[in-house]
Amino acid sequence: MRGWTLWWWIAAVVAMVAVSAWAIANNPFKFVSSLLNGITAAALYFLLASGFTLVFGLMRNVNLAHGSLYLLGGYLGWIVADRTDVWLLGVAAGFLSTGILGLLLQVTVFRWMQGEDMRQTMVTIGLSIVLADIMLWVFGGLAYQLDPPRLISTSVPVPVINNYSTYKLVLLAVAVAVGVLLWFFLARTRVGMMIRAGVDDRAMLQASGTNVQIVFALTFAIGAGLAGLAGVLNGGEEAFKPGEDTNVLLFALLVVIVGGMGSIVGAAIGSVLIGVVQAFGLVYAPTYSIVFTFVAMAAVLAFRPQGILGAKA
Amino acid sequence: MSDWRRAGNLAPARTAWSRPAALKWPESRLGAPARTERGRIATALGAVRVRHVVVLAALIAYPFVVPPFFTFQIGGQTLALGLIALSLSFLAGYGGMVSLAQMTVAGIAGYVYAIFGTTATTDGLTLGWPWWAASLMAIPIATLAATLIGWLSVRTEGIYTIMITLAAGMAFYYLVHQNISIFGGFTGFQAVAAPEAFGIYWRDPLPFYFLSLACALGGYVLIKYTARAPFGVALQGIRDNPRRMAALGFNVTMHRIAAYTLAGFLAAIGGLLLVWYNALVAPGSVDTKALIIVLIIAVLGGFAHPIGPFIGAAIFVLLQNFAIDVVDRLSGGLGLRDRFNLVIGGVFLLIVLFSPDGLLGWWTRLRRRFETAQERSDPRAGR
Repeated sequence: MRGWTLWWWIAAVVAMVAVSAWAIANNPFKFVSSLLNGITAAALYFLLASGFTLVFGLMRNVNLAHGSLYLLGGYLGWIVADRTDVWLLGVAAGFLSTGILGLLLQVTVFRWMQGEDMRQTMVTIGLSIVLADIMLWVFGGLAYQLDPPRLISTSVPVPVINNYSTYKLVLLAVAVAVGVLLWFFLARTRVGMMIRAGVDDRAMLQASGTNVQIVFALTFAIGAGLAGLAGVLNGGEEAFKPGEDTNVLLFALLVVIVGGMGSIVGAAIGSVLIGVVQAFGLVYAPTYSIVFTFVAMAAVLAFRPQGILGAKA
Repeated sequence: MSDWRRAGNLAPARTAWSRPAALKWPESRLGAPARTERGRIATALGAVRVRHVVVLAALIAYPFVVPPFFTFQIGGQTLALGLIALSLSFLAGYGGMVSLAQMTVAGIAGYVYAIFGTTATTDGLTLGWPWWAASLMAIPIATLAATLIGWLSVRTEGIYTIMITLAAGMAFYYLVHQNISIFGGFTGFQAVAAPEAFGIYWRDPLPFYFLSLACALGGYVLIKYTARAPFGVALQGIRDNPRRMAALGFNVTMHRIAAYTLAGFLAAIGGLLLVWYNALVAPGSVDTKALIIVLIIAVLGGFAHPIGPFIGAAIFVLLQNFAIDVVDRLSGGLGLRDRFNLVIGGVFLLIVLFSPDGLLGWWTRLRRRFETAQERSDPRAGR
């Protein structure tokens, strides 16, 4: 069984290298720009999916309102940036406002239905419908765009392709920084240790005297805040508008299903996989790009139902 | 990994962390085994109660006492949506698998019907087959698609199912949205021809109502029958404890996939009815909102009984048609006219927050209050 898995991996890698070699020989510009687009898209997906997967890993709460938090963070960040003319304040507002909303949701709603996964999921579905409609009501159907400072809204020279958007590279840097911070937080701090302990065994964590409700609330706040951060950051690159919430939710779902629920590293791997597959699909077969990402998901699930790094369910 | 991970899902095994499941599963009431054909019919007839006859008579009389709007827009749509929601209700209630892709299956049936049938789109997209041939293509293809979705999602358990089916449904939406050569892109298929047979145009209010009623009744009886058939009983066992059922020699995966197939068949029929009702099928028929509407309907009614989805569908359709007027009048000039999603989302939230087993749950609670003390001491009643 293990031998077979190994051979499948080798076959997949060989096929990928062969296709890449053909693509580079055929049109290096197209290949490198798709690759960069894929990786920078992966940055956004990671910001989204890491919060999603963190919340799921600890609380078994599939937050299907994650996309709504993303959109809300974008809108609120836009308001603050528009009023104050300071982009960074807008970004901070996007992160903090959704973080606080997440905290409130956990304290007022989700903590009362702990252990009832399906009910929590349905509550998040209801929330996403209500939030989406309120946002449509308040902000209308227009597309909003957040202007980043001039310093990072230009382009920089990159080998093979001449220019590439600085902003997208900044986004990538932010995602990497968030990833490192999350890793540090989870692996090196006391609260992070509690969260990891909770992921493995909630009951035991509680039994050993930790107030798990505080850990839960904090985790939910971080997860929701990351969604808002992703929203406000992506607002500098692509406009956000109604309907964007379900769109990004799909990618968050795909990434965590592929990467494995509850694993931050899995979210990173999953976002790179989905981002790159989608970017190449968009360039090489535009009509079917979403099908490619879905096929990637199905292929991963066929061999590893729990996702690449997911624990066995 | 640790055991609570499994237990925390839908299995009823209790650990310190999993309180009794919020969703009330239907109880399997096994009648006496009927060995002979006559005995079987007698058992089936014995299951018919006065309330069944009354409801059926009311449903048959309904279109003759209300205006055509109520027959077609309210009655027909309720029955078609209810049938699709019934497929979800069956999967969730008897199989413990909440699939969000049931509207996708219905949409696939609609799309296949439009592709093979006759529509206003003339540029070679539709093949112009007669309605029965197109339907004969649509139902098996949609059922097959449901089986594939099931095969993909039953590899994982519990809460994962909802995500994988949601992802599958969204992927189908983006596919039909982006693909023009087969699925007609953003506009989809307009003016899809409803069947015309035996000199009756089946999209007229009265025929459509009775066609939907027949299909809904068929679906209802099929689910009622399946719940008591060996397959249904095994499925409920798998819902309650997959490990034990596997140990007893049941093929858990195959039972689950078969449940998806059966549910997919019902959803496909519902999808055909819906495409005849709307006379169009477009990406909007299978978008996230449409997927979630099915869940809302099923949850509104409750998973506990196959009548639930039809009650949920009736409430949903009534809200859709009248709630906005009422809300608008009550709220004055607040501009709530376009806020239907707010209303339906709010109702859905109220139901899941305060009555997780839907309106049927209220009904059961009311009934239990009036039960005699002797019945209350029945161990099954305390479930």
